[in-house]
Amino acid sequence: MAKKIPEIPAASLADIAFMLLIFFLVTTTMDVDSGLRRKLPQMPPPDQEAPPPIKERNIFVVLVNANNQLLVEGEIMRVEDLKEKAKEFMANPADDENLPEKTLKEVPYFGEVPVTKGIISLRNDVGTQYGTYIAVQNELVGAINELREELAKEKFGKSFENLERDQQKAIQEIYPQKISEAEPKRVGGN
Amino acid sequence: MSKFRNSGAKELPPISTASLPDIVFMLLFFFMVSTTMREVTLKVKLTVPEATELSKLEKKSLVSYIYVGPPHKQYQKVFGSEPRIQLNDQFANVSDITDYITAEREARDEAEVPSMVTSLKVDEYTTMGIVTDIKQELRKAAALNINYSSRKKVERD
Repeated sequence: MAKKIPEIPAASLADIAFMLLIFFLVTTTMDVDSGLRRKLPQMPPPDQEAPPPIKERNIFVVLVNANNQLLVEGEIMRVEDLKEKAKEFMANPADDENLPEKTLKEVPYFGEVPVTKGIISLRNDVGTQYGTYIAVQNELVGAINELREELAKEKFGKSFENLERDQQKAIQEIYPQKISEAEPKRVGGN
Repeated sequence: MSKFRNSGAKELPPISTASLPDIVFMLLFFFMVSTTMREVTLKVKLTVPEATELSKLEKKSLVSYIYVGPPHKQYQKVFGSEPRIQLNDQFANVSDITDYITAEREARDEAEVPSMVTSLKVDEYTTMGIVTDIKQELRKAAALNINYSSRKKVERD
């Protein structure tokens, strides 16, 4: 009779597995990368004509200088107040003459609704700090997101994120995220 | 000696540890699957700014990263203390970005190229000059989807 092969001891299996487990526990990073999503404009073709001028009432001018100070529509402003001002500009609830014009547009779910022609123009200095720039961007995106959220609540009774894709599209059409960035100027020292 | 052994007849049997490896393996697989190893070693100091209106980056495989910040101490002798760009594991110049984007594109499937995102991990205290240069370069390379990497803002009163 052939010799029986002895069984492999499995007692140390747990130790080996523990060692691997601890290695992965230590090296793991679970953070999901998140941030502000933006789309850059396409590079203009060299023979492009200058775009037609936009009326002053339709532009929301935000300037940031090298000392991280804000000038919004000709007034000095703090970052905290920017969101309210931007919301007022984009929504223009009272059809103010100094705030942007609206055009009637056919939007699914809503029928014919006035859509603002407003554009937010952001210009920063070469010496502006990146942190301030992101704070300003964040407020502007926040203003538009809040308007969308309000409209979604009013029309569909649901939060914007919980809407169907085409409902979201309709709302995005009414409140477009039009933030244009001008080339920075080199004025503020350094 | 035997006095202490078999003293109580009704002693509890020891808990079987036979299933311990299975449990540990289960945990192990969980961590193996959920783990993402840091691919590059950061050579720049980086604190990304805080923001509230965040969106998550869905497909990690489609993201290419550009790091900007002041170099770490050990590199400052060579590269100075002004903010620099880091691509992969090296310091780079603004003009290298086009090549980097092209290389990143070639590594991906052609169908996935339009949904590729460039994540800018930039230090808070960097000035906008360098960021704007990067953005111009990305526009030239037609890599238009960008993401300003930022942390979730913690509410303080």
